[in-house]
Amino acid sequence: MSDPAITPELVKKHNLTPEEYVKIKAILGREPSYTELGIFSVMWSEHCSYKNTRPLLKTFPTKSPKILVGAGEENAGIIDIGDGLAIAFKIESHNHPSAVEPFQGATTGVGGIVRDIFTMGARPICSVNSLRFGPITKGSGEDDPQVLSNNRRLFSGVVAGIAHYGNCFGIPTVAGEVYFDKSYEGNPLVNAFCLGVLRHEQIARGAAKGVGNPVFYVGPATGRDGLAGAAFASQDLTDESAQQQRGAVQVGDPFMEKLVCEACLELLATDAVAGIQDMGAAGLTCSTCETAARAGTGIEIELDKVPQRAPNMTPYEIMLSESQERMLIIVEKGREDEVKRIFDKWDLPWSHIGEVTGDGRMIVRCHGKVVADLPAAILANEAPVYHRESREPAYLKKVREFTLAGVPDSKDPVAELKTLLAEPTIASKNWVYRQYDHMVRDGSVVCPGSDAAVLRIKADSLPVSKDGKELDPKIEKFIAITVDCNAGYVYLDPYEGGKIAVAEAARNLACSGATPLGTTDNLNFANPFNPELFWQLKESVRGVAEACRFFNAPVTGGNCSLYNQSPNGPIDPTPTIGMVGQIEKPEHITTQWFKNAGDVVILLGDAVNSKDPLQGLGGSAFLEKFHGLKTGTPPVCDMEKEKTLHETLHGLIISGLIKSAHDCSEGGLAVTLAESCISHQDARETPSLIGAQIDLSGIVDARLDALLFGETQGRIVISVAPDDVVKVTERAKIMGVPATKIGSVGGADLTIKTSKSSYAWPVADLHRPWWNSIAEAMK
Amino acid sequence: MNFAVLQFPGSNCDQDCVHVIKNVLGHSARLVWHKDNSLAGYDAVLVPGGFSYGDYLRTGAIARFSPIMHAVQGFAANGGPVLGICNGFQILCEAGLLPGALIRNRSLQFRCEHIYLKTATFDTPFTSKIPHDKLLRIPIAHGEGCYFADDATIAKLEANHQVLWQYVTAQGELTKMSNPNGSIHNIAGICNEGRNVAGLMPHPERASESLLGSDDGRLIFESLVNWLNNRSKTKAA
Amino acid sequence: MKAKITITPKKAVLDPQGKTVQNALEQMGYKGIGSVRVGKYIEIELPGTDKSAWSKQIDEACHRILSNPVIEDYKFEIE
Repeated sequence: MSDPAITPELVKKHNLTPEEYVKIKAILGREPSYTELGIFSVMWSEHCSYKNTRPLLKTFPTKSPKILVGAGEENAGIIDIGDGLAIAFKIESHNHPSAVEPFQGATTGVGGIVRDIFTMGARPICSVNSLRFGPITKGSGEDDPQVLSNNRRLFSGVVAGIAHYGNCFGIPTVAGEVYFDKSYEGNPLVNAFCLGVLRHEQIARGAAKGVGNPVFYVGPATGRDGLAGAAFASQDLTDESAQQQRGAVQVGDPFMEKLVCEACLELLATDAVAGIQDMGAAGLTCSTCETAARAGTGIEIELDKVPQRAPNMTPYEIMLSESQERMLIIVEKGREDEVKRIFDKWDLPWSHIGEVTGDGRMIVRCHGKVVADLPAAILANEAPVYHRESREPAYLKKVREFTLAGVPDSKDPVAELKTLLAEPTIASKNWVYRQYDHMVRDGSVVCPGSDAAVLRIKADSLPVSKDGKELDPKIEKFIAITVDCNAGYVYLDPYEGGKIAVAEAARNLACSGATPLGTTDNLNFANPFNPELFWQLKESVRGVAEACRFFNAPVTGGNCSLYNQSPNGPIDPTPTIGMVGQIEKPEHITTQWFKNAGDVVILLGDAVNSKDPLQGLGGSAFLEKFHGLKTGTPPVCDMEKEKTLHETLHGLIISGLIKSAHDCSEGGLAVTLAESCISHQDARETPSLIGAQIDLSGIVDARLDALLFGETQGRIVISVAPDDVVKVTERAKIMGVPATKIGSVGGADLTIKTSKSSYAWPVADLHRPWWNSIAEAMK
Repeated sequence: MNFAVLQFPGSNCDQDCVHVIKNVLGHSARLVWHKDNSLAGYDAVLVPGGFSYGDYLRTGAIARFSPIMHAVQGFAANGGPVLGICNGFQILCEAGLLPGALIRNRSLQFRCEHIYLKTATFDTPFTSKIPHDKLLRIPIAHGEGCYFADDATIAKLEANHQVLWQYVTAQGELTKMSNPNGSIHNIAGICNEGRNVAGLMPHPERASESLLGSDDGRLIFESLVNWLNNRSKTKAA
Repeated sequence: MKAKITITPKKAVLDPQGKTVQNALEQMGYKGIGSVRVGKYIEIELPGTDKSAWSKQIDEACHRILSNPVIEDYKFEIE
């Protein structure tokens, strides 16, 4: 079978521009072979090369004294957590495949990110995810029953896929966020995060070190799955591209991944490994050239040695296949038997497919004949870089002009609060997380349902060590994890929205008793060739970078997903922020629900920002739900005030003065108070509800809707033992953080008194819609 | 005491069992690979949770043919205590060491949440130290936890006091609502006729430290340790 | 030769998957359908041509591992 001739149409089909093709010819000094064309097309796709975003990503802060492996160096970043231990974490997207086949798109998304973690030598200990879909209930921007049904299908398929993979693989899925918005119709977002633990000396590198070292392929045989998935991810999602790619969706096997993970970690403990990399996007192609590039060496492989499960696979197909759960391992010469022994123990296929060379070339043979001969370092590192044109979008003018003049104030807060609590974006996500095993590995101290997940790291969280020694059982570490982004804000003000995404993540960590360690970002945007959409990307990156620097949460790595648009239009710009923090002692771990009757409720931060003409209603859930408006300048993020707020709360927590802490976000203060009353779940069908009597009558210069439902930033609701109130308010005063006693915990009702009127809700009436809304929608 | 914790390809809760036995209860626990043939030197066997063999074909169907299971059959025949947790319970049923079978949750969805258990029988190695009026708050995490057996088997189990634990409300009532998976008669765990082999779907190893939200599960392990201690005292006497 | 094996839940075992499929079919407009049971289909490639010898072995395999007699029935044919 002969390869097709290379024509301009073929080049275009591979998503390469004529200029890029000229560059390829200049690099090679000749025309590329068909296989080489395929290799360039995946390595230079947006997904693999970040060619349209690299200049922006360079602006992220990426350094701190605790960072051991930084952004861009390897598959995931690594941060020190003390006592010789470190965490590796990253977030990655699998958006387009999930639109086509939600279950498998989500499983392979989880599988891919888990591999990125254990390829660094870390034992994966938890998974987190950020999901976005079109609306699943009427009255939230979409009323067409067929569209609603499709949105529900995608939602349930993705959740089932994540559950299937995480549960079977054996890591707890401990936190996440789910948003529903019309802009994600037809283009759902599935951002999967994974975190692992290792000792400093266990860090494994994806470098093909040691000329003459054998190159091993381990894991299941290669098939035609996901062929050119990376190129698929780099195109707009149309019906045509979806149809073409239906065969491209990879199928994940979490059982296989569990075996591969255990085997790799066992192998890494033997010192027989010179380099290791997973085969993810662009499969064998990416792993071979990247490992060679990192070590400054070359690699030669013979495709006949690659285990294949489909008949008559061509070199092109083998190099570009994205069959899952495969690893590339560079073994120290003479230590091949270790690989064989361990992989035979776990009944996993392995094959010696090549060698590390010294000439810097990536050479691929098939039946002994050379089908690709490329300079590895140039292929991996010198993809073109583009500075895309950007232009402030026209829609922002109207957004900025919006005032509350034509907007009547809240009419029925009692009904309005219940309605907001039932909104799927705000409602309890228990329908989702009860499908995830969130407790396996005995490390989940705070499970889904609070502001951040808290995990305990102990001896068996670590991979087996080279000397077989176990961690001192007295050493335990506590890590908090959150993932956040209010994309509506980013749409209305990309710079401010980017800052808020980071500030909110840091605030959630602060409420759990943690200080930030680092950030991983998943930038989900639309077509970068559209100057207005590229402006959104540019500006939100500017906001994210500034805030990460300010909150001392440097970016350790992340992912870019572009071309997220369907014929309906682009998605809201969504820079998802995954942030990890550390809690010094278990007694500092704090949860969001009120604890005991008699505790005093205090609001930290200003109830309403007096300088905001929209009083926190710009871009708010309230404005959208009750006035059908997605507009208005979002509330400002004052980073100084936020940082002081977080640091103050942290000080109060470590002094043992805080019984609960919950930050204000979508739905505003009333939602935060309600959640503090209703979010503690004791067991199946057994909520632990408690009321509160709140008095906000001291606040007179705000609209009622702004006071109850506005989303002014920098606010946290805490509860404190009566004897500690004075200490808390004094400390806050010294730090310059407003601290207002607003009520006390107790009773069966939430009551809120304002300067205008009083409102009361039996807490059971708040719990019911909040807890059941998504389950009802999904019946 | 020496505990053997079996490890199959795909077991996920093996480390959790070892952690609880070693670090919480202070006894010795070792992982025993599924290809091993002997359980010599062990006083008790734990068959842990997870997704052995990916739950392929049927949950526990392939694991029950692993070489180590011959040794488990022999160990049990000699009166040695064997406790199967979640996937372990499924494996013991497939292996015929316990009657009945575990099938898909009635809701067709995986369920992870805390539940309450009432202890129905106290004269077994697994329940003797549980205070009679105490409900156990323990998490479940399974997609196939619905206990099923034919009417004759159920009648026999109940007549013989082989039902060890049932799903109840926080007030101790046996209701449909308190049953997370549709198990017949809310059965969460049972034992064999010899009373030395038991299985339960909930995870006591996830409820043995108050840091994780409940330490009620510890009572099950303490019952077992207590029984082993008494047995060795009896042997010594 | 090929063994074609069908495994179904026993009638006594409630089949919520089957019930869900039945409801979905009715909602889609397939009126008047009766009960639905969802099972498994397994195909095994067999060497040689001795149907009757393999028949015994497949029967044993079905009984020992491919089905669980507590909750499942099986039937098969070899062609």
